[in-house]
Amino acid sequence: MLNNTDLEKKINSELNTKVSSSKIVHETLNVSIEKDDLKGVLLFLKSNPEMKFKQLIDITAVDYPNKKNRFRMIYLLLSHEFNKRIIIDFPLNENEKVFSITGIFPSANWMEREVFDMYGIDFQDHPDLRRILTDYEFEGYPLRKDFPITGHKEVRYSEEKKKVIYEPVKLEQDYRNFDYNSPWQGTEYIKEIKKNNE
Amino acid sequence: MSKQTKTLNLNFGPQHPAAHGVLRLILELDGEVVEKADPHIGLLHRGTEKLIENKTYSQAIPYFDRLDYVAPMNQEHAFALAIEKILDIEVPIRGQYIRVIFCEIGRILSHILNITTQALDVGALTPSLWGFEEREKLMEFYERVSGSRLHANYFRPGGVHQDLPRGLDADILKFCNEFPKIIDDLETLLTDNRIFKQRNVDIGIVSKDDALDYSFSGVMMRGSGVAWDLRKSQPYDCYEQLSFKVPIGKNGDCYDRYLCRVEEMRESVKIIKQCLEQLPKGPVKSQDNKITPPPKKEIKESMEALIHHFKLFTEGYRVKKDEIYTAVEAPKGEFGVYLISDGSSKPYKCKIRAPGFSHLQAMDYLIKGHMLADVPAVLGSLDIVFGEIDR
Repeated sequence: MLNNTDLEKKINSELNTKVSSSKIVHETLNVSIEKDDLKGVLLFLKSNPEMKFKQLIDITAVDYPNKKNRFRMIYLLLSHEFNKRIIIDFPLNENEKVFSITGIFPSANWMEREVFDMYGIDFQDHPDLRRILTDYEFEGYPLRKDFPITGHKEVRYSEEKKKVIYEPVKLEQDYRNFDYNSPWQGTEYIKEIKKNNE
Repeated sequence: MSKQTKTLNLNFGPQHPAAHGVLRLILELDGEVVEKADPHIGLLHRGTEKLIENKTYSQAIPYFDRLDYVAPMNQEHAFALAIEKILDIEVPIRGQYIRVIFCEIGRILSHILNITTQALDVGALTPSLWGFEEREKLMEFYERVSGSRLHANYFRPGGVHQDLPRGLDADILKFCNEFPKIIDDLETLLTDNRIFKQRNVDIGIVSKDDALDYSFSGVMMRGSGVAWDLRKSQPYDCYEQLSFKVPIGKNGDCYDRYLCRVEEMRESVKIIKQCLEQLPKGPVKSQDNKITPPPKKEIKESMEALIHHFKLFTEGYRVKKDEIYTAVEAPKGEFGVYLISDGSSKPYKCKIRAPGFSHLQAMDYLIKGHMLADVPAVLGSLDIVFGEIDR
């Protein structure tokens, strides 16, 4: 059985050009790759007899609105035989597509649908790319950092139309973001109000 | 003349007593045989992950109770462990034992609910009446320790919120001594019951390889004969010091999963008993007042304690820039938290890995070729709770 350092070496030597960087954090190996190598790397990790990362634990993305490559895709894998976890990640531009890995791991189907639903990342060759968690006619991608936490639409039952209708969100009280970086000096939004009054 | 056949589309749910919550299943039926199942989920989506990004770390804990609301503390555990690992906090041993006791209580809570409602789905009413009485006792333990029966908000990074109230350990021990008898009673109703077996044996069979391919975990995987339990293989807290067995199924059908759950309840009782016997004295949470608030008495006397308290409940503690995935063996399977911190007092991202999500995904694979009447049986044995699937 390989320990983390040996595993890192092995992956670096076998996949050499495909690995852009690797490190061991919290006893888990993190490997950064390029977008186009995803399928090759996952197939290798799944089938290599010394690794056998046969289970896909989760797929997720992270949004960094200020970076050149806005998103980062993250794949978590688990090897039962060797009791090891590995994290694969790669940067992704806003209008780029990712190869779907449903052919390698059937369970990727819903996980990719969720990433599509939450971040609007498109998956190439996905058999059934629909929204999954949000409402049927939902607009926008909730987990992007520029999506407001209050959302855009609210639902209510309309007595006149005798059906449930969608309306723009109306809040009785503004959403207050308690940005207490220093509680002694008050929050940002109060400073802004003061500034506007002056 | 050739015979023409047409498939029938059936809408199962979202309000259906056997759907275990708000599941909408679109079934394609050929006569009574299911050809395709398309689960529509998200009817209970509350945007937990988005909300967590906008709250401080301590404000985020209650959201974890509301995921799998049948075993709330197990979820809190995963989140607490993630923060502890990033901040490198040592949890006092008494705190670890108390956490394990309540995780196992959560496991029993969840398994009672699952076993009895599955029985209800296939036509047995009595188990749920007997089982829910026991759940009530367990939720009372939750209430005594945290103040609420369901949404406990009891675990903290660094330990638990407060020590056990006087007499609670004796009452839990009393429960542990009585409960195996109740499991026996439930088993006399179900295990050899002809109808229960007819409805569950050889239904929804999962092979070993498929269990891996479909990202199954927990009982769904052990039922198919894969010996894998995070409490054993990647132990957290004090699980290493406890001796318990991990029941493994053979055939991977609904009935084996039921048997696994029953045995797991017995093991949980053993774990709780061991914990109560070994329960050491001492603090229950980290003594670092930068992370856990100081005791109320100190706040009245010490300026420093007052400042700590104020800082913790306004700004919250800061977590240094890091990324981590931690997983616990929740009653339903591997519950994981992928936490990205950016040095502020709020998480940058918190991805929740719910076991039920991948289990429900396999619904189409599990039910294909079965009869319509088997849908509730399979659904019951998947042990799905929509709080965690929809998040």
